[in-house]
Amino acid sequence: MAAVPLYTGTFGHAEAERLLWRAGFGPRRGQAARLASLGLDGAVRSLTHPPGERWVGPRPRDEKGRPLAPADAWGHDQLWWLDRMVRTSRPLVERMTLVWHDWFATSDAGVGSQKLMLAQNRLLRRYALGSFDRLLVSITANPAMLIWLSGTDNRKDAPNENYGRELMELFTLGEGNGYTERDVREQARALTGWTSTWKRGKGQTDFRFDTKRHDTGMKTVFGKKGDFSWRDSASMCVHHPKHAPFFVRKLWSYFIPEPPDAGTQAGLEALYRQGFEVRPVLEAILQHPALYSGPRMVKPPVVYIAGLLRGLNRGIDTSAWVWLSDGAGQRLFNPPNVAGWDDSRWLDTNAFRGRWYIANTALEKVTLGDRKGKKGPKVPNDPEAIVNGALAVLGNPTIRPETHRELLAFARASLKGATGWKAESYPPLVANAVRQLLAVSPDLQTS
Amino acid sequence: MGCCNEHSRSEMLRRGLAEAGRGLPAIEPGMPMPAGTGLDRRTFLARGAGLALAVYGGAALLPQVFDEGIAAAAAASPQQKVLVSIFLDGGADALSLLAPTGDPLYRQLRPRLALAAGSGPAFAEDPILTWHPSLAPLAQLHGEGKVNVMPGIGYDHPNQSHFTSRHFWEVGAADERLTTGWLGRYLDRVGKPDNPLQGLSLDWSLQPSLATARMPVAAVDAPDRYDFWARGVWGEVSDRMVDTIGRLGAISAHGDAALEAASDAARQSARLYDQLTPFRPKDDRKSIVSPVAYPDGDDAFPRRLAGLAAMLAAGLPLRVVALSAPGGYDTHDNQAQDLADGLKLTADSLLAFQRDLEARGLADRVLVHVWTEFGRRAKENGSGGTDHGAAGTGFLIGSQVAGQMIGEFPGLAKLDDDGNLRATADFRGLYGAILEDWLGTDADAIIPGARTFSRPKILR
Repeated sequence: MAAVPLYTGTFGHAEAERLLWRAGFGPRRGQAARLASLGLDGAVRSLTHPPGERWVGPRPRDEKGRPLAPADAWGHDQLWWLDRMVRTSRPLVERMTLVWHDWFATSDAGVGSQKLMLAQNRLLRRYALGSFDRLLVSITANPAMLIWLSGTDNRKDAPNENYGRELMELFTLGEGNGYTERDVREQARALTGWTSTWKRGKGQTDFRFDTKRHDTGMKTVFGKKGDFSWRDSASMCVHHPKHAPFFVRKLWSYFIPEPPDAGTQAGLEALYRQGFEVRPVLEAILQHPALYSGPRMVKPPVVYIAGLLRGLNRGIDTSAWVWLSDGAGQRLFNPPNVAGWDDSRWLDTNAFRGRWYIANTALEKVTLGDRKGKKGPKVPNDPEAIVNGALAVLGNPTIRPETHRELLAFARASLKGATGWKAESYPPLVANAVRQLLAVSPDLQTS
Repeated sequence: MGCCNEHSRSEMLRRGLAEAGRGLPAIEPGMPMPAGTGLDRRTFLARGAGLALAVYGGAALLPQVFDEGIAAAAAASPQQKVLVSIFLDGGADALSLLAPTGDPLYRQLRPRLALAAGSGPAFAEDPILTWHPSLAPLAQLHGEGKVNVMPGIGYDHPNQSHFTSRHFWEVGAADERLTTGWLGRYLDRVGKPDNPLQGLSLDWSLQPSLATARMPVAAVDAPDRYDFWARGVWGEVSDRMVDTIGRLGAISAHGDAALEAASDAARQSARLYDQLTPFRPKDDRKSIVSPVAYPDGDDAFPRRLAGLAAMLAAGLPLRVVALSAPGGYDTHDNQAQDLADGLKLTADSLLAFQRDLEARGLADRVLVHVWTEFGRRAKENGSGGTDHGAAGTGFLIGSQVAGQMIGEFPGLAKLDDDGNLRATADFRGLYGAILEDWLGTDADAIIPGARTFSRPKILR
């Protein structure tokens, strides 16, 4: 079996920091140093074999101090998940749940039930690092998915191709990659039989497989003949020869921005084919040289938010994150369509403004000189101390020297000639501004 | 399911964001007045439109020069033609926009949804067709010779997926792999590297038709709300902070694509902020005053069009502008009501926009193109709606248009194999005509195989 290359360079603070951003939501205070001390192998294992969940930080609440009602209150589903990203001690599990949410992109805009969306979220988390084979079978029969891609409308006298098509195009093979339009129709027949009942006040409920709605006839899928069931439909996709290459390319793309070289691709496919387990593939990706010495990635908006809050040691205490996240282009449980979010288009001038207000809201509790009638802590009239203080507030992230110099130049220019009343009033203004600029800098938008 | 709730929720979200960024915060408690300057609070806080220069004077405090690029671009081509692309999202029903009330097959195919002859204005160019009553404002403009109607526009081998068909229209080709928009490629050819306003998406994110390979473009919800304030920062420090956004974006990314994207966004945002300086409200006065009345209400669409007219009047160097129309057009159910509401606000706003441009003397510079990704199935479905179809309806609006149909109504007697309208005009031919006759550029360089599509006459 082709071996997947292993990163052998230094595994220090900067590498641990990048690993935490790619495989999670960025470091909490001191976490990068702790992870670095484990070495690469130990660090990756701590993520792929995490101990039981231990929540770190204050419990989530809305701006009135009330606990969240994720299944009922509007927007609280998003806050509930964002809180998990912020407080989790198992960041890779949570990050993989987000990967699956994008991979099997289901939107509450089509499902219309936070309860069913949360149930799907639990399913995605259960298989976060597990068997893709079993995840695929489970998601095929998942109520939110059955509504979203018309599974409950798919019956033998009126087949609906919606799920059968996306199953191959988006979930397992790639568009037109190893299947035909006839396979789409035949898969739709194999998938017939799911139904539900609509009840007033409950919506769609009682999801079940009804053999009377299932097409029991012979089908031909990928050139094979048989009386295929919905389970066969999913399973045949995973065993299709074009699936492993698709799976590896797609999973890789969530962690490393440039495609793997041929040897790496082959090695990862071989690992995956041993049993369609996600964990060994992930471990190889997270130890690959391209993750540490390759190019950076733009942080998705929710990763950016959760990371800022982790760095600031702040919990979820406002529902503003719902619209702030949307303003930057990502609402959890509401991907734009079944293809998920477009990771190549996170940033434009409006999204940048959205991120600006995310950063400003994240920093609001530590704003200097902003207490009504109270004097805040004194900020020294010292540009270097102000820039270093801003870095400390944000958890001492690694930034480019040029960025550091630019922030310093800003602080110097702003404080220059700040005499008289300005000598005392300006340092906190400048400190607030430096924090804000640091938080939205290209360095902190990417990892 | 729950579409309308969802819509109003998302509008609420959007207003929330707009409010968060609206204007400057209240003056900080404890902040002393700038003694001896004779300045009042507002003057002290205002950055807008050069006021900061008057206040602080010294060159060291000047914001980064921001009007050179604008002035240069505006001076270079003050009569630059502008294209405004307006998208009816979801696939608007051709057989309702212009209803074939004179065709007996119509009632058979649409027993519940058919519009009655006389329910809307008659369509003067084809006695079979009747305008949707909500489109009366367009009928009025059509009567003035200011609308080209496309009653059956589309392409061969129509794709009935929203994503794919919309993508084809956005990239200007039946090619799933193209990643730049047709308007983006136009800007890559004629645009300037320092002018994000040349391709403006009046929306929460960039309209994909504007995606460029090289030139900067901008997305902005509303020109009067593009601001960057921060808690606990004001005055000259705030001005310098916004300038520093651009400086952080100017640091070399050393060829790293993600850093490059983040740097571009920062740099273009700072630049856009400067370009939009005249539109930020000052002294609590509205920064955008229109000479005509736009429809009232919460919807962003009329507000965006009013802002667009004001930006053009101010001489900002816009070339192509893209935005989405209000309403949801994927009318699988409850079609009659959903369609009537969205179309009415769209048409009322478009009429106001045209009158605004006329009042400002700008009408000869602007062409509006209204499009949708496909029309809908000729036969209605069982839930008071219609399913995805093929050929759809489009409009070109402006003082310079020919005022004649492009293509013709394809008729209900010869539907395609899926029961959909056949296209009588190809969108790529239309794009070719817009590029060559309106924007004055070579269509072959922008639309793949442009010369294989027949090019309609669009202008007078």
